[in-house]
Amino acid sequence: MNAPLAQYLIFSALLFTVGFAGALVRRNAILALVGIEIMLNAANLNFIAFWRFGPHPEALTGVMFVIFSIAVAAAEAAVGLALVIAIYRHRRTAQAPQFNSLRG
Amino acid sequence: MPHELTFLLVAGATLGAAVAAMALRNIVHCALAAIGAFAGLAALYLQLNAEFAGFAQILVYVGAVAILILFAVMLTHGSEASSSTRASGWAVAALLGLCLALGVGRSPSLWRDAKPAAGASARQIGGALVSEYIVPLETVGLLLTSALLGAVTIALRETETKTSDPGIHEERPPRASEMVSRS
Amino acid sequence: MNGFDQIFVTMAHRLSGAAPAPVQPIMLAALIIAALMTAFGSCFALTTIMERKILGRMQNRLGPNRVGPCGLLQPMADAVKMLIKEDLVPDAADRTLHALAPLVLTVPIWLAFAVLPFGRNMVAVNFDAGILFFFAIGGASELAVFMAGWSSQNKYSLIGAMRGIAQMISYEVPLVLSTVTALMMAGSLSLVAIVDAQSGYAFGWLARWHVFTPWGLAGFGLFLIAAAAESNRSPFDLPEGESEIIAGYLTEYSGFKYALFFLGEYLGLFAVTGLGVTLFLGGWQPPVKALAGTPSWFWFAAKFAALIFLFIWVRATLPRLRLDQLLNFSWRFLVPLGLVNLLAAAVWSWTRPWQFPGSMGVRWLIGGSILALFYCWLGRGLRPDARPARQYHYAA
Repeated sequence: MNAPLAQYLIFSALLFTVGFAGALVRRNAILALVGIEIMLNAANLNFIAFWRFGPHPEALTGVMFVIFSIAVAAAEAAVGLALVIAIYRHRRTAQAPQFNSLRG
Repeated sequence: MPHELTFLLVAGATLGAAVAAMALRNIVHCALAAIGAFAGLAALYLQLNAEFAGFAQILVYVGAVAILILFAVMLTHGSEASSSTRASGWAVAALLGLCLALGVGRSPSLWRDAKPAAGASARQIGGALVSEYIVPLETVGLLLTSALLGAVTIALRETETKTSDPGIHEERPPRASEMVSRS
Repeated sequence: MNGFDQIFVTMAHRLSGAAPAPVQPIMLAALIIAALMTAFGSCFALTTIMERKILGRMQNRLGPNRVGPCGLLQPMADAVKMLIKEDLVPDAADRTLHALAPLVLTVPIWLAFAVLPFGRNMVAVNFDAGILFFFAIGGASELAVFMAGWSSQNKYSLIGAMRGIAQMISYEVPLVLSTVTALMMAGSLSLVAIVDAQSGYAFGWLARWHVFTPWGLAGFGLFLIAAAAESNRSPFDLPEGESEIIAGYLTEYSGFKYALFFLGEYLGLFAVTGLGVTLFLGGWQPPVKALAGTPSWFWFAAKFAALIFLFIWVRATLPRLRLDQLLNFSWRFLVPLGLVNLLAAAVWSWTRPWQFPGSMGVRWLIGGSILALFYCWLGRGLRPDARPARQYHYAA
């Protein structure tokens, strides 16, 4: 049989923490985005785990949510990285703490 | 328990890759480690019988998002070593992780076993996408189109920018004729 | 005849059946893996020598003819040469990534062969979402190209890698678009089901392959072009354009690592060719009803060999594109045509109930005229005078 649900949940909590720490700690805007992606992925794992171990796996809700979440995450990554590149072009830096001026 | 062992191995590798992605100094190494973490998660999806989501995860994250990240790193000259990190963030994150793990560990209803193999076939998912989930599907299509247009508009080089910032230098090297007129 | 058709399946089951019961599934899997690796490994060796010989003939020379009978042992000599060469790594290189890149390219490609049906009942894993698996595997090659180019710390390597990734991403879109038509018609993502959808015979003799429909023909053309670009084949081999950037991302590789890259590129070509055979050329189905009793694996191999020959022929014929031409060709021509092809496929599907005499001709006329119209209209945008003349910044 499969590992119990709680194992997946604890793993995903740890992964979420790592992504959260990265998003807080890293100064590079691209790495902060990577941290956010890891957090999103940890949440996705929770959806899949609850779908698999839930009372109604035939309803597909968890899987569908993850598929949509992946699509939205891809859009988010594209726009976020485009923003980083646009800011880099103006300010010659990708370090988030230096994005501190509203005038371009 | 082969399943338990696989889970522990894959989960350990994924977590290690995620930590490496957030802690390594070289940004390209960070991005590549993050790709490892995304691939490890896809393996966990496969273990949970979510084939379609797992393959979509690899296709989108390893095939597309990873390449986007690497391109962004290259375009922002990010391969130079990054500056020091902020220590307080680690403490906040550790606190959050502790809370989450405690929450999971203390709810007995979560410690139950799996039902016998349930899976989602591609046909079922496709059918659901065009019937029950048709509105979200169309919305995602709209979102992706607008994200595509938005990303292109934002990242497109503005040809008529005023170069008031002395840090900005044009990508195009001066032509021989211009060099003559300048000197 | 049926026994001959299923000879490999029977052999695999007999051999694995000889093992004790608990290890039988593992034994069967190991046998299939060994068979696939042997078959495509020797196919790789054979293709390298045949490519050099065919190119030689097309260029009015002999090609390799010294080692063994007619030069057929040349791959062995090449392999020995590659293995005993010194493995050079630049001082500034990122040693770990430099060593990892050839593995990231070569190892996942083997997985792609698992979902291809090579004959009746001859598929290693019949995944429900097989084609998604195939394209997911393909994502790793872009990563390998980046790792090779970046870790070499050499500007030619990096330029080559950036070119390679831009090209792979641009041509992945038409590749997937052309594939989607076949998926829609079969109503499944499983490659076995797609082959089954092409069974049966039109007019009582001609196979119902997808390539015999207007959208299938256009899709097959798009697929071949995109496949050549995805596997860095000429005329799309700019990432390794030796006259401009030495060898692109392969510049700093030598010896065994270079051989692995070489192997990975050919395996990628084989995998995508096998996919093309499966999607558009009816997989293992024979072309006419009269040949229905012949072994299925023979037809897969024959179509596969014909397509590989076509790629070699194209390499000998067409000159290399420029980077801006390459990207324009994909985004301004192939991608819109791929979208139009979806429309043509939809029209073909809507008109399927038509049963009057000559309905096939009318359907062909409608689908073909849609595609021909857009082919001409989109093709106008590719003419050299369609855009302002290219500015050369470095040349005087």
